[in-house]
Amino acid sequence: MTISPCSAELPGTFGEAMPFLCKGAVITLQATLGGSVLAIAIALPVGLMAMSHRGAVRAVARVYMEFFRGTSVLVQLFWLYYAMPILTGFQLDKSFAGILALGLNLGAYGSEVVRGAVRSVSRGQREAAIALNFSPYHRMRYVILPQAFIGMIPPMNNLLIELLKATSLLSVITVADLTYQGRLLVNSGSDQLIVFALLLLIYFLFSYLITLIMRFVEGRAARMVGRDGPQGRPRRAWRSPRPRRPVPSVEIPSVEIPSAETPSVEGAR
Amino acid sequence: MIRFDKVVKRFGDLTVLRELDFHVRPGERVTLIGPSGSGKTTILRLLMTLERVTSGTIDVDGQCLSHMKRGDRLVPADERHLRRIRKKIGMVFQQFNLFPNMNVLRNITEAPVRSLGVPREQAEEKARELLEMVGLADKALEHPSRLSGGQQQRVAIARALAMEPEVLLLDEVTSALDPELVSGVQDLLRDIAHRGDLTLLCVTHEMRFAKDISHRVLMFDQGRIVEDGPPEQIFSEPAHQRTREFLQAVLDA
Repeated sequence: MTISPCSAELPGTFGEAMPFLCKGAVITLQATLGGSVLAIAIALPVGLMAMSHRGAVRAVARVYMEFFRGTSVLVQLFWLYYAMPILTGFQLDKSFAGILALGLNLGAYGSEVVRGAVRSVSRGQREAAIALNFSPYHRMRYVILPQAFIGMIPPMNNLLIELLKATSLLSVITVADLTYQGRLLVNSGSDQLIVFALLLLIYFLFSYLITLIMRFVEGRAARMVGRDGPQGRPRRAWRSPRPRRPVPSVEIPSVEIPSAETPSVEGAR
Repeated sequence: MIRFDKVVKRFGDLTVLRELDFHVRPGERVTLIGPSGSGKTTILRLLMTLERVTSGTIDVDGQCLSHMKRGDRLVPADERHLRRIRKKIGMVFQQFNLFPNMNVLRNITEAPVRSLGVPREQAEEKARELLEMVGLADKALEHPSRLSGGQQQRVAIARALAMEPEVLLLDEVTSALDPELVSGVQDLLRDIAHRGDLTLLCVTHEMRFAKDISHRVLMFDQGRIVEDGPPEQIFSEPAHQRTREFLQAVLDA
């Protein structure tokens, strides 16, 4: 019989904690997903706006980026959840306020990623597209962006992990996420060490999951532009087992030992 | 077809073209030669609207490249005006610049489909004919990165021709190729050139090739035309000391 990791029948502290932590983990995942979608949906247009040849458009993008990068997510969260109702009389749902704050904040960082990736596409590509009389929109859509996409993935991976971890701030406005549930368990007497260890583990698993997904996407994107994916040369370099050289054998004082046998250490056979 | 009138191009403090005047007739094939930095490539880039003139005007088919009429006034050209003129001009680059996110066939069909509105099937049919012509019919579904430099450049030529330009600009198209691949590309261009009707502007350091394809050779130095004449004359009895020196240096290399 298999027991679900969220089961209350797990032994000791685990049985006590896991049902609550699982509930919190779902909320954390939802917030991460919502925040990611929003952040990416913001990053793409704002990143492109930041490169517009119209000064006013650039200015709007810059103001947004600087403002949301330059202020704390937590404070933004307070504004959206506590201060907004006072100013506008409109109370946001707390999960929604959380997702909004995360999306806006990480979207600002993401815009910078998009801008950098688009600028890194070689000038020759843009010029070839002009020479073929593509419209500015088609240039971006069919030539530049598909090539820029692959460059966005590794920094986006970082941002999404940042976003995952930042969801723990939602516990401050009493969203019942993973961190909130963990704190609650500890306050009601569960073993601190085990609960906090579980929190670490779950956050880590989620962030690793994000990395795996992004690696997969990167591999697909790389193949589309005919390049090696993340499994390409740089990684293979440290992954492949180094050929074991019988280095130590040189160090062995070879006076006593017949020289013919010295190099034959296990690795060399 | 193409007229340069007192064209000046400066990059910062550097003056690349100094009051340049010249004229290319429809169907004429002109080769631009001269030391590097003499402004040859800049001329092609200005025509392709990759750069803007500092002063002076360029006309293509009677239309001004940099300005357009709005009412009675001349205003800087907008994107639509530029695209109308670009339609007549194609360019092949030294570095090929094939799109790595598309296979060979898509590289050729994408522009006709997106910017001319040709139906995809028709564009593909045309592309396959062009690939046949450049000798790469079997590479249609290959990825550009799997082709040799020479093959990539031939695809780039097919891609430019798919837009049916009236003027084709060749910017040192064999300079980035391994020596043994140069002749294949040159033979192809020779065929295309001798088919007629295309107006050709070609920047090259391959003097034999220049001689084969062009009606006229312009020798540039320091942003000016030093000598202008048929290839036979320029290559066998150049009138100017500067041309003689240049040809000497190129032929010795």
